[in-house]
Amino acid sequence: MTESAQTTESRTVPPARQYPFGVPDRLVVDPTYGELRENEPMTRVQLPYGEEAWLATRYEDVRTVLGDVRFGRAPAVQRDEPRLTPRQQYSGMLTMDPPDHTRLRRLVAKAFTARRVEALRPRTQEIAEALVDDMVRLGPPADLVEHVATPLPIQVICELLGVPYADRDRFHVWSEAIVSTTSLPLETIQEYLNNLWGYIGGLVAERRREPEIDDLLGALVRARDENEDRLSETELVELAGGLLAAGHETTVTQIPNFVYVLLHNPDQLARLRADPSLVPAAVEELLRYVPLGVGSSFARYAKEDVEVGGVLVRAGEPVLGSLSSANRDGTVFADPDRLDFDRGQNPHLGFGHGVHHCVGAQLARMELQVAVATIVTRLPGLRLAVPEVELEWKRGMLVRGLLGMPVAW
Amino acid sequence: MSTAWRLGVDSRRCIGTSICAGTAPEHFRLVGGLSEPLADVVAPADVVLDAADSCPVEAITVRDATDDRLIAPEE
Repeated sequence: MTESAQTTESRTVPPARQYPFGVPDRLVVDPTYGELRENEPMTRVQLPYGEEAWLATRYEDVRTVLGDVRFGRAPAVQRDEPRLTPRQQYSGMLTMDPPDHTRLRRLVAKAFTARRVEALRPRTQEIAEALVDDMVRLGPPADLVEHVATPLPIQVICELLGVPYADRDRFHVWSEAIVSTTSLPLETIQEYLNNLWGYIGGLVAERRREPEIDDLLGALVRARDENEDRLSETELVELAGGLLAAGHETTVTQIPNFVYVLLHNPDQLARLRADPSLVPAAVEELLRYVPLGVGSSFARYAKEDVEVGGVLVRAGEPVLGSLSSANRDGTVFADPDRLDFDRGQNPHLGFGHGVHHCVGAQLARMELQVAVATIVTRLPGLRLAVPEVELEWKRGMLVRGLLGMPVAW
Repeated sequence: MSTAWRLGVDSRRCIGTSICAGTAPEHFRLVGGLSEPLADVVAPADVVLDAADSCPVEAITVRDATDDRLIAPEE
């Protein structure tokens, strides 16, 4: 018997399912994930673009795929990687493995530690209060997305990175290119990305003229200019642009998602209002509960044969790990479909796992805590100002969220 | 130049991201969801500093094994 015949016999490869399994419905986790965790924890999927892949749905397996060094992202650039977007990404931290990845990550990681982020909390609180003040002055109904959820993370990342807040309307539009699947034509995505890189390039040139400016962008420019092997010019621009775009698109989307879930869980909302010390636990639980992504992306490629979830994944095969599914795994989270602020342990994978664990996680956590606490305590009668069926949800993007959220209080 | 470093992981700070175990798998692993050094005292190696400086909650410390001087994370 030949070796390849033996390998073929040791596993069955089921036919691929189309993935995502259906059209995203608000913040509902597709029940197919639960069935797969139970019956077929490693399944074959075909995404809208790219090659077929394995999809891991159980918590432990997802952690293995994302955390085990036998899997990597770097091979993706040689392949037609499985993806939700027509465009494939060929550069940036998410296409690298250690040690290349470490070189870039270390340059920015220091700016996003829990300690550094904590120092930004008072200023973040001040911004949140001012935004709520302005919205209250306008009076109900008002759009929470426009007045609070969008400007808050943008202003914080602008001040951290050193990007003029006055330019927000321009780069906020361009940032959609990072999270767009079909919401924008491919040419527009490319145009917006070029605009974003060009814009950052201009700020980089400004830092070189005024090297004493003390912000993250200035620090990155100095890191490049002191040692050109650490960071190429393209890496510098893409890193800073990526931090600006990814650094707010997700938090802007999650603030209304969290408020939406809280309005659907009035008992939990009332508890938060009565006892804001519950906010950090509530934010962790909301990070677990809300399926931000429309589907899994950024497959990891096996660097050698690896057994995952009872399936032999062969070297060179791509595997996706579903964060939303892992976060609803009942073997790790009791009564997983219930929003529960009293989970003692909440090791959710909302920010991913392994070397690509969201670099802005601590910043996002702090912003979400400030946003939730401020909205909940300052707007005690908070409610939707339109019937729920009239809410408009994003389409054609990597993330789920509300386009607008008219509220009264 | 020190000849040995002492690694520490503060289990109260660690949030189990596994960034260290991915960055320096020969030095850190996850046990019960939290990071732990494979050996407490190691020969100096840059990858250990990478791991300490990449930890988002600064749970990893690298100290000179002879005089206990803090080497990482950087201030």
